[in-house]
Amino acid sequence: MTLKRALGALAVLTVLWLLLPTLVIIPMSFNSAASFNFPPQGFSLQWYENFFTDPSWLRALGSSLQVALITMVVATALGIMAAIGLSKVKFRGKALLESYFLTPLIVPGIVIAIGLYSLFLRFNLLGTLPGFVLAHTVVALPLVIINVTASLQGVDPKLEQASATLGAGRLRTFFSITLPLIMPGVTAGALFAFVTSFDEIILSLFIQSPQLQTLPVKIYNSVTQASDPTVAAVAVIAMLTSVLVMLTAQFATRKRKRASV
Amino acid sequence: MGQLGYRKLDGMADTTTTHARSKRSAPGGDTAKQVREPKSWRPFLLLIPAFVVVSFFFLAPLIDVFYRSISDPTLGVQNYVWLFTTPTNMVVAFRTFATSLLVTIVCLLIAYPYAYLMTVVSDRTRNMLQLFIMLPLWTSILVRTLAWLVLLQDTGPINGILEAVFGIGPLPLIRSTFGVALGMSQVLLPFMVLPIYSALAKIDKRLLPAAANLGARPVTAFFTVYLPLSRPGIFAGSVTVFILGLGFYIIPALLGSSKEIMMSALMYQQISGFLLWGHGTALGIFMLATTIVVLALLGRASKGTNLFAGRGK
Repeated sequence: MTLKRALGALAVLTVLWLLLPTLVIIPMSFNSAASFNFPPQGFSLQWYENFFTDPSWLRALGSSLQVALITMVVATALGIMAAIGLSKVKFRGKALLESYFLTPLIVPGIVIAIGLYSLFLRFNLLGTLPGFVLAHTVVALPLVIINVTASLQGVDPKLEQASATLGAGRLRTFFSITLPLIMPGVTAGALFAFVTSFDEIILSLFIQSPQLQTLPVKIYNSVTQASDPTVAAVAVIAMLTSVLVMLTAQFATRKRKRASV
Repeated sequence: MGQLGYRKLDGMADTTTTHARSKRSAPGGDTAKQVREPKSWRPFLLLIPAFVVVSFFFLAPLIDVFYRSISDPTLGVQNYVWLFTTPTNMVVAFRTFATSLLVTIVCLLIAYPYAYLMTVVSDRTRNMLQLFIMLPLWTSILVRTLAWLVLLQDTGPINGILEAVFGIGPLPLIRSTFGVALGMSQVLLPFMVLPIYSALAKIDKRLLPAAANLGARPVTAFFTVYLPLSRPGIFAGSVTVFILGLGFYIIPALLGSSKEIMMSALMYQQISGFLLWGHGTALGIFMLATTIVVLALLGRASKGTNLFAGRGK
């Protein structure tokens, strides 16, 4: 019992260490002094005002949202197809192909980044919307495949056969039988894809150009080049965005768990 | 979300077996509608778009990195000769491995008790503990690193407290290995907790009392029975944290010293700063090769351990 109590205390410390430091950015964003010194002095909304009146910050936010939304759509579409394909085929190299789709999660991001930089230089894709979307899709796709595959497990293949027996075509069967059944996994995968793209920094840092910078890239440049406290406000906005999306994803999967019981 | 990742991955194998079973039973139903059963090659079409995108934007870049490493500026292995004969490179590589190893050990020491606690508490508490581990992944590494920057800077609150209470400082909490290791451990902890937890959850709870019955003291029982059984989780977690740590760029760039750079920064410097593509890409291939070797070692040490476990994000 004492051991459990000691472990409990340790766990509380661990959680505090995980969560508390990040929250420091919130009071910093309301600092009335133009510095990063903690604790902040006074209360002011000037950094938020700065953000919302500076066209370059707004453009970066716009680019990020645009890239993340398109990445979400592309990665989700490709991920659903791949997950369904994988669940239906059977051949010797299948496990290998499965790993192939998931490998981008484990290969050091910096190596993919210099590779994309090199390739994009050759094909003039640096700082372009398709370049950003396809690069982000590669790292978002595994999350969609993982989530959709999990949902597919719960789908009885007999349902699809029944639908076919009743005369529904493959597409109709997919949209009226399979898709509704795997919707929680699709939703979670799509939201993860959005957040992955929205928060992605390492690939983006290499494939950016002055024409197209996503929010994390602009934050990074701002931190390394100048010390403008506006980034604290931007960081809070970015944090809120991804937390809200993740909460939604959490809710979607919670519902799935209950449904599967 | 890692929690999702986990179950999912475990389940992938199940999907295939269920499917195989259903397929085997399918020919039994000899109805006219059998014609509608998808021909075996059709599902392959579904795999093509993902395959094309991953090939063009993941595999092709890696091949390009390799190609540049043996062809820039001229065909040959001169970049690898440079890589292995330049002392600073070896210093940087050693520092990168050492930092990653340090982070792995820190994560292991923090994660193991935490994961153990998860196996002995109620379902509700366990879900909470799991959520707390995943919550930080909801925020980008960049934002979290910014927060550390505020806290650890020379004029920051932690140095302030050190100075006021202990009369020491300011200590070099940033621009030092300490800052880098602290930031990296915080980000990588979930990737250690989840595989360890999944290994611990599989251990039969009656083994420890059994060992005690046979006369083992709790410490002996832990080291001879429990710890060896948790090895797959320790391996999987450590390998994941170690190889992810090797490639970290943002945290060392913001919290580390520009004089004590890691391999990723050296790559960036060679390519972006000096336009020495050959050097930078050779470093990249070296890092990739290290990753593959470490993964292969894991594969040998523990079969069937799933690396993608917990990769919610």
